[in-house]
Amino acid sequence: MDISLINLIPLLMAASTPILLAGLGELVVEKSGVLNLGVEGMMITGAITGFMAAVSTGSPALGFLGGAAGGAVLALVFGVLTQGLMSNQVATGLALTLFGLGLSALLGQSFTGLKPPHTPDLHLPVLSDLPVIGPMLFRHDAMVYLSLVALVAVWAFLRHSRPGLILRAVGENHAAAHALGYRVTRIRLLAIVFGGAMAGLGGAYLSLVRVPQWTEGMTAGAGWIALALVVFAAWRPVPLLIGAYLFGGITVLQLNMQAAGVNVPVELLSMSPYLVTILVLVVMSALGAAAGAPGSLGRAFHASR
Amino acid sequence: MAAATGALAADPVKVGFVYVGPVNDGGWSQHHHEAAMTLKEHFGDQVELIEQESVPEGPDAERVMTQMALTGADIVFATSFGYMDQVESVAAKFPNVKFEHATGFKSGPNFANYSARFYEGRAVMGTIAGMMTESNKIGYLASFPIPEVIRGINSSFIHAQKVNPDVEIRVVWLNTWYDPAKEADATQALLEQGVDVILAHTDSTAPLATMEKSGGYGFGQAADMAQYAPEPRLSSIIDDWAPYYEERVQAVMDGTWETAATWSGIKDGMVGIGDFSDAMPDEVKAKAQEVMDGIVDGSYHPFTGPLNKQDGTPWLAEGEIADDGTLAGMDFYVEGVTGDIPN
Repeated sequence: MDISLINLIPLLMAASTPILLAGLGELVVEKSGVLNLGVEGMMITGAITGFMAAVSTGSPALGFLGGAAGGAVLALVFGVLTQGLMSNQVATGLALTLFGLGLSALLGQSFTGLKPPHTPDLHLPVLSDLPVIGPMLFRHDAMVYLSLVALVAVWAFLRHSRPGLILRAVGENHAAAHALGYRVTRIRLLAIVFGGAMAGLGGAYLSLVRVPQWTEGMTAGAGWIALALVVFAAWRPVPLLIGAYLFGGITVLQLNMQAAGVNVPVELLSMSPYLVTILVLVVMSALGAAAGAPGSLGRAFHASR
Repeated sequence: MAAATGALAADPVKVGFVYVGPVNDGGWSQHHHEAAMTLKEHFGDQVELIEQESVPEGPDAERVMTQMALTGADIVFATSFGYMDQVESVAAKFPNVKFEHATGFKSGPNFANYSARFYEGRAVMGTIAGMMTESNKIGYLASFPIPEVIRGINSSFIHAQKVNPDVEIRVVWLNTWYDPAKEADATQALLEQGVDVILAHTDSTAPLATMEKSGGYGFGQAADMAQYAPEPRLSSIIDDWAPYYEERVQAVMDGTWETAATWSGIKDGMVGIGDFSDAMPDEVKAKAQEVMDGIVDGSYHPFTGPLNKQDGTPWLAEGEIADDGTLAGMDFYVEGVTGDIPN
């Protein structure tokens, strides 16, 4: 048996990055009071648009931009439907997922079997050469670090900035925020587009780094895990990181234990992140902390009311 | 004659295909779909295809097949093991529709099953894996604990061990046929554990894409996957369903269709072996060819004794050959494979 943290941590960080990115985006969206269940659809769309951009330009960086753009455009459709035309958010979100899966399959038809340009791992001076810590933490590709930077940025934005406070106010009570003169619909649209871009980035990470190739339906439920993570984290960024690494960690751990020849009950480990989520929800509601959900979450807003 | 052709053209045979993955997965489902396309080409207007892709194993499959039967399908090919119980149930409801189920073991009056002896291909791949590994550790990405997969693991291991007595096999169960990210993660995990040749029993090309990035050798599975040759892809097991589909649809047209349990191998062309890549030294190519030739001319069966079960109890005596019944329901590892089969 040869399982060490040096082996596991890098795999864990790579496996968790897509759901962390998508989860962060959805967290901001839900903080603004919008429930977008279309994360899976936006992720898979980002996976193919990112892949297309990277293959046709030869640049992984442009690929990630393309992924973010693809996710953002799809999110904008959701935004126009739910904020402009006041459609039901749950139904629209689910439709967005189905639409994204189909659209990506269509777009990707001539891209199966192609190889994307290689995304290099960063080599940071000094840090990457540290013994033990270096290979564990400091030899990843740029997106892994970008996801962590994004996490800190989202945390600081929501917690310590005035626009962040406004966004939270809109999510907690849109009528009050409207009365104070804030443009609820515009703020929500911006949050939705941000959420789409982050989901698209997560998808592009799958098709450009983690797999790396395009195959239809390749997100295989990662978007739903990202959605669950937001609830698991009680709409707070730092627990989101813990949750993402827990989900990614357990997946990687069970695969590694099998590969190392350790007898593990595979089914039990596979379902454990979901069990933990349910447990966290039960504990939270028992403690009365379920109020972590934004007050106006999922409710349509129109200035006339 | 013209009248007969006219009658046929007016009333084509409707053929349904149910796929578990997308038809461009690069592997299993794609090859069934391509065989269906060949069928269409062969018969032209005499057949009408109804295809449904990415159908989950379970109630959805039953709905899809019921729908096909209701819309007038004459014969339905259900192309994944997990559809077995649904095929059984739908076949009972529509006695006039013919059902064909891939890789299963149940059958009925209007319910045939067909499969390929993939374990013959695994014997060739296992031989290559045993000779190519430098760490003496080979890996196997297993999907579900069904007989077909267990046969594949056993056959790979037996033949790797024949050419390399020190070889170990590490099996990772994924509980999915198709999840590229998980397949890639598992491949990565095996490589981290020092495994350097990996056989995949899942449907996507993700394992080969991962090995191209991180090293190690692999094989095309279900499809040739030649885009990954010469490295990491060494050879491949190719499914060729087209001749079987043509034969069965022809039988429906002629009114001679009968239920059957078909199980063909390399000899009949249902299992194809992809070109040996130039990454393989000549002696490895020669040995692999020898195993393959032996299987084709019938002088060698991949499950020939002496073989013991995992717990050491004797299974086949010296020279004894496994019977198809045992193989079809295989639920045990042979001696030397470590780990447990999940239930």
